[in-house]
Amino acid sequence: MKEFTRVIIRNLTKEFGGKVALSDFSLEIGRGEFVTFLGPSGCGKSTALNCIAGLLPITRGGIFIDDECIDDSVTKVPPESREFGMVFQNYALFPHLTVFQNVAFGLHLRRTAKAVVEEKVAAALKLVHLEGQGQKYPTQMSGGEQQRVAIARCIVLEPRLLMLDEPLSNLDAKLRGEMRNEILSLHTRLKVTTIYVTHDQQEALALSDRIVVLRLGHVQQVGTPVEIYSDPANLFVANFMGFKNIWRGDLVSLTESDAGLDAEVRIDGASLHARLRYLPGDPRRKQVEEAFAQKRKVWTAIRPEDIIVGAREGANVLDPNVILVEYQGQTSLVSAMLGRDMLLELRPAAPLRVGDAVKVSIDPGRVFLFADSGEG
Amino acid sequence: MQTRRIPVASILFYLAMFVYVAVVLGILLTVVLNSVSKGWYSGALPPFLTPEWYVYVAGEHDILNLLFVTFVVAVSVVGVSIIVAFPAAYALSRREFRGKAFLLSLFLLPMIVPPMTYGIPLAMMLYKVHLAARIIGVILSNLVPIVPFVILILMPFIEQVGVNLESAAKMLGARRLTVFRKILVPLTLPGILTAGILSIVRTISMFELTYLVAGGKSQTIVVALYADAYAAGARPPQAVDALAVIYFLTTMVCLVVALRFVSPTQMVFRIK
Amino acid sequence: MAKGFRGGTFLLLLPATTFVALLFVYPFIYGLILSFTDASGAITLGNFTHFFGDWWERRTIGVTLGISLPATLINVALAIPFAYYMRHGTRGEKVVTFFLIIPLTLGTVLVSEGMLTFMGPAGWLNQLIMLLGISPKPLRFTHNYTGVLLSLVIQGFPFAFLMILGYVSGINPDLEKASQMLGASKLQTFVRVLFPLMAPGIAICFCLNFVMAFSVFPSAVLLGEPSGPTRVIAYAAYQWAFEKFDFNMASAISMTMAAIELVVISIVLVWRNSIYRGASMVGKG
Repeated sequence: MKEFTRVIIRNLTKEFGGKVALSDFSLEIGRGEFVTFLGPSGCGKSTALNCIAGLLPITRGGIFIDDECIDDSVTKVPPESREFGMVFQNYALFPHLTVFQNVAFGLHLRRTAKAVVEEKVAAALKLVHLEGQGQKYPTQMSGGEQQRVAIARCIVLEPRLLMLDEPLSNLDAKLRGEMRNEILSLHTRLKVTTIYVTHDQQEALALSDRIVVLRLGHVQQVGTPVEIYSDPANLFVANFMGFKNIWRGDLVSLTESDAGLDAEVRIDGASLHARLRYLPGDPRRKQVEEAFAQKRKVWTAIRPEDIIVGAREGANVLDPNVILVEYQGQTSLVSAMLGRDMLLELRPAAPLRVGDAVKVSIDPGRVFLFADSGEG
Repeated sequence: MQTRRIPVASILFYLAMFVYVAVVLGILLTVVLNSVSKGWYSGALPPFLTPEWYVYVAGEHDILNLLFVTFVVAVSVVGVSIIVAFPAAYALSRREFRGKAFLLSLFLLPMIVPPMTYGIPLAMMLYKVHLAARIIGVILSNLVPIVPFVILILMPFIEQVGVNLESAAKMLGARRLTVFRKILVPLTLPGILTAGILSIVRTISMFELTYLVAGGKSQTIVVALYADAYAAGARPPQAVDALAVIYFLTTMVCLVVALRFVSPTQMVFRIK
Repeated sequence: MAKGFRGGTFLLLLPATTFVALLFVYPFIYGLILSFTDASGAITLGNFTHFFGDWWERRTIGVTLGISLPATLINVALAIPFAYYMRHGTRGEKVVTFFLIIPLTLGTVLVSEGMLTFMGPAGWLNQLIMLLGISPKPLRFTHNYTGVLLSLVIQGFPFAFLMILGYVSGINPDLEKASQMLGASKLQTFVRVLFPLMAPGIAICFCLNFVMAFSVFPSAVLLGEPSGPTRVIAYAAYQWAFEKFDFNMASAISMTMAAIELVVISIVLVWRNSIYRGASMVGKG
């Protein structure tokens, strides 16, 4: 396996007929890094993956490994020569071959000596906890086991880049958790450069060194899990990562502060104070400043767990009425209405009942404001 | 590196398809042209055109009777086979029972075994019971491959109508016959149409079975065509081709109608 | 669903089963019995000894095999690459399939009759051949072995192609992608992944095609020389039944036809099993 330092993707664009599936996608991946492409269906994440794999020709842009260009939209290195590994959503195990033969497939193509093949396959099967299962056929195995065979089939070839296309979507919830752990531990042990594609933010947060959030072919944000989770770049990312309490309001005042910006937003009769950590140079800061100057409305976004229930004092005190309680075991997701239109979503520590009048308080540092709805 | 250019495979494929299409079209066009030509012994096109062969054919054959027989046979075969096949297809799709696999294979046999192999014993039997050389004999013999054919077409359509729909109807108080009339038949209508049209096309072009069983007045067009072609010495080839064109038109009309409802691949195998 | 017969099921199946039993099974058994009896009704192997003893009759087996086996091999061998090429769909697919099913729907008789003119000594094909300088004199395509073979290919190829196409389209496309990612070239992917998965479909296609070709009748008569070189076994059976009115001999010949078809099918199925052991599902995950 050739050593390399970076995978570089530059302005990757993919069009199908007239439709743009992926637009100006640029990214640099360091060796050993675990990067996730995250987004809802149709966002272009699988398209990006297939382009990098070489299974799709690209319309514009370039893909490089260090200095070596593997696709410049005119000529490309075919997928079979790239030394990348791909794990498919539906496993794509060869049904007419045994588990052993499946895993050994790539080795046989490279005319590896029989003894070496047996040794490597055994080692790979051991890594995915499937020792001794070599003689079974894929249809005799469960979904989780088949997925592990698919992983073993790739890693036995020591690929430069390992790609996983929504590998866990066909598994039930419990199995998904177990497989997530396996993938994480595999990566920690082998340190293979990995690109992972999913629509599940939990998986993305748990597994990644960095996350690329995509929507309708455009990159929304690139960052570490912490950044994506606590510091979303726009309303779409915030919503996708679990922010709720998205209200439209008018910016009454906007002043600079040490931390960034201080804002006052009026929503449907209620007033909220927000302490935005948007430093100069942050595009969000510019957007909010422009919205204020042009008297455009802005959107709020607040995590339900950041709304403190039962506080009588503090900043941003509101008194909504509970209209819906969804019990979820450890917590409840509670919907409460303030006024006619303002719907709050809370995660209270103590149980509430429909009809309760509650007082809530919101830390201004936890109130996000976005000038762009992210639509279109 | 792999540069993108038109692959050789593509060229070969389209070339081969072109050759095939050219041959098929050539065959058809020759027949059509020949049927309206006179004195066309060489050269790319006939020297002049004439409708006299059609007149001749009309005189030599009772064309109306031929068309009538063909039509009656096709429609009867389709009608009877749908009535017979539908309940069987229903039972095979919905119910499990001992010997189901055996029965399914049994139904498959007349479709796999070529007509000439079972056609001769069948014709002999029909002659013995004096049903041969009559339209009813032709209908009966054509039913043999068509009933299983219709069963196999209907089965996936019936399976597509979920059992839940029937259960829901029963819960709402519908009796068996009502469920059949108001739920099953309307929802499987596309399947019935498909089966019907495909069967008509197959019956019209079905040669061997009809040939073995038909007599003078119970011939279908395709049988008359064969008889003419076989006695090539006694009949002018242009007249044979004229009859061929009549047959061709009949089948093509049905084919075009059929294609409005099914895709070409489904015409040959009911592949969805 | 409960196993075992419910009254309703029995009634549902009754009409169709009766039909098949009366019009297929019974005649077949009747024919089988006839083939083992002589004109007076006594049991005898005489029909078979006559058939196999008479060189003129016995050779029909060789003649028919000599036409049907090559035709089937050509059909299947040609169908595989074309179906492979079209497995993911292609431009003009509908047009191509339309033209492919025309000979199938029109039937052997019309195609044979048309070929007589089109491929005859004065027909367009020979005119083209002479025009292109391939041969100074017209080539003989009709009233010989070549004509019958061509007719079987023209009719049999679409059938084989559509069948194998349907089969190969059902193979999970991700399997090809996986194979590519693991380093296989297109050829290696075909040999190691696609072909083994196509093998069952190819085997069935071969069997069906062969059975159709082996029972060839109208084209062998119209396009061939039924008096000699292309006297096929179906024609022999027909002659005994409706020209000599010896139904016992005719039945014996029909049974022989069926037996030979069965033998060839068994050989093909044995071959298919040797290639493809393992799951019969085509890998839709």
